[in-house]
This record gives sequence, structure tokens and C-alpha cells, in this order.
Amino acid sequence: MSSNRLSYTLDSTLETVNSAEETAGRMAAEAGFDDEEVMKISMAVREAAVNAVLHGNAYDPNKKVMLAFERTDHDLVIVIRDQGKGLDAGKIPDPLAPENLLKTSGRGIFLIRSFMDVVEIHPSRTGTELRMIKHVRPTADSKEAPQ
Amino acid sequence: MTMKSSTRQVDGVTIVDLSGRITLGEGSIVLRDTVRDLLSKGQKKILLNLADVNYIDSSGIGELVSAYTTSKNQGGELKLLHLTKKVHDLLQITKLYTVFDVKDDEASAVKAFNQ
Repeated sequence: MSSNRLSYTLDSTLETVNSAEETAGRMAAEAGFDDEEVMKISMAVREAAVNAVLHGNAYDPNKKVMLAFERTDHDLVIVIRDQGKGLDAGKIPDPLAPENLLKTSGRGIFLIRSFMDVVEIHPSRTGTELRMIKHVRPTADSKEAPQ
Repeated sequence: MTMKSSTRQVDGVTIVDLSGRITLGEGSIVLRDTVRDLLSKGQKKILLNLADVNYIDSSGIGELVSAYTTSKNQGGELKLLHLTKKVHDLLQITKLYTVFDVKDDEASAVKAFNQ
């Protein structure tokens, strides 16, 4: 079993959102996901970064966003953590409910859940940790790398 | 890639050709300002051509919803034209595809405003 881990500490800025998305796209491509899956993974990370920067840290320059990628034999695991008040996922309204369809916000977590295989939200008083997993599915013609 | 917007008139309909990304920040602001500007000038038949919009995030989706409801609330009408597969899929999973009036052909879209 092998594992590669990379982590970043980022400012609470819009640039962080863009850079998290780009890094996720690169990591997903390196993990062997196809273009559509790469787009979904990078978008999930973008949405998570938006939550961390805007709703978690509220652009506070004194608060940081931690972003980590771990590639295991079977998964790409992505963790993003903010230093906000802690997100109460139970209070997020269902964006697909008829009364919420025309709301202009509130779709971020829904999109993350749609695009990733496993999504865990761990709120605490010192921030929210969002852990996302995408399973790596080997293609039929994939082969073991030569030793 | 930043977002660009240009407008043209066809048979009383304002077609807004958008290109780039509609995302949190500049892209969403360009869309918001463009639609508000058109409505303030009384141009209330708006067709958003999304053929060259290659990416949209949840903020961009929210901005499309806002453009739609703002137009409607001001007695206007807003339709979408030429969705890319990515945008089409996003509107499907968010159940917004049936909320918006989505067209595939410009001429028939323009005609639909004037029926």
C-alpha cells in the first residue's frame, strides 16, 4: 500500500479559491481520473474553498485555510479546514426543495455531495473540516506499473 | 479566463453573448451588471447566449437565478441559449433546467419572445 500526501496553508482570499481548484484539478489528473471526473473533483474543491474562505473565515486575514490531498491506492482524499465558527450542516436547506429552487445561494454543499463519493463535515468551535473522497476506479486496460 | 460580455439586438430581443467562466467574483459581477444595466434601459427581453461559457460554479448558478428572477420581477423575460454540456448537466442536477426557458436555436429563441 502506498500513499502520497500534500498540504497547503492558504490565506482567506478569492485567490485561494482559484488556486485550490487548480491544484485539485492537477492532483485529480495525476491520479488518473478522466476529464469529466477531474472537472467534478476540482469543482467540489472550489465549492469547499468558497465555503471555507467566505462562510468559515469570512475573508478574515488572520484566519487560514488548510488544504490537503492524499492519494492512496484506492482513493483521492481531500481535506479542507477553516478557522470559522463551525458549519452546522443540518441547518443547510435542501436546494432541490421547490421553495428553495429560486434561491441565489445554498448549492455548494449539494454540489460537493453530488460530485464526490464520500463527504464528511466535521464542525467544531475552532472551525469546520470537510473531508471528501473520490474512489479511483482502474480502467479495464490499466496495468500495474513495472517494478 | 475572465468573463466577457457583449450585447446585440435582434428583432427587439437583446442577445447577451457571454464567454469564459461565471464564477464567484468577476464573472458573476459582469453578468449581474450586464442584466441590471439592460433592465434599467428598458431592454426587458434578454437572451443569454452561453455557448462560450465553459465553466460555472454555485455562485454563477445563483447569479443566473438572480438574473432570471430580477428580469421577471421587472416585467421582463430572460431565456438561456446554447448551453454547453457542463452547464446543461449542472442545471439538471440542481433541478433548474426546467425553471429556465432553455433554447438551442437563436432564431427560434428570438421568435419565442415575440409570440
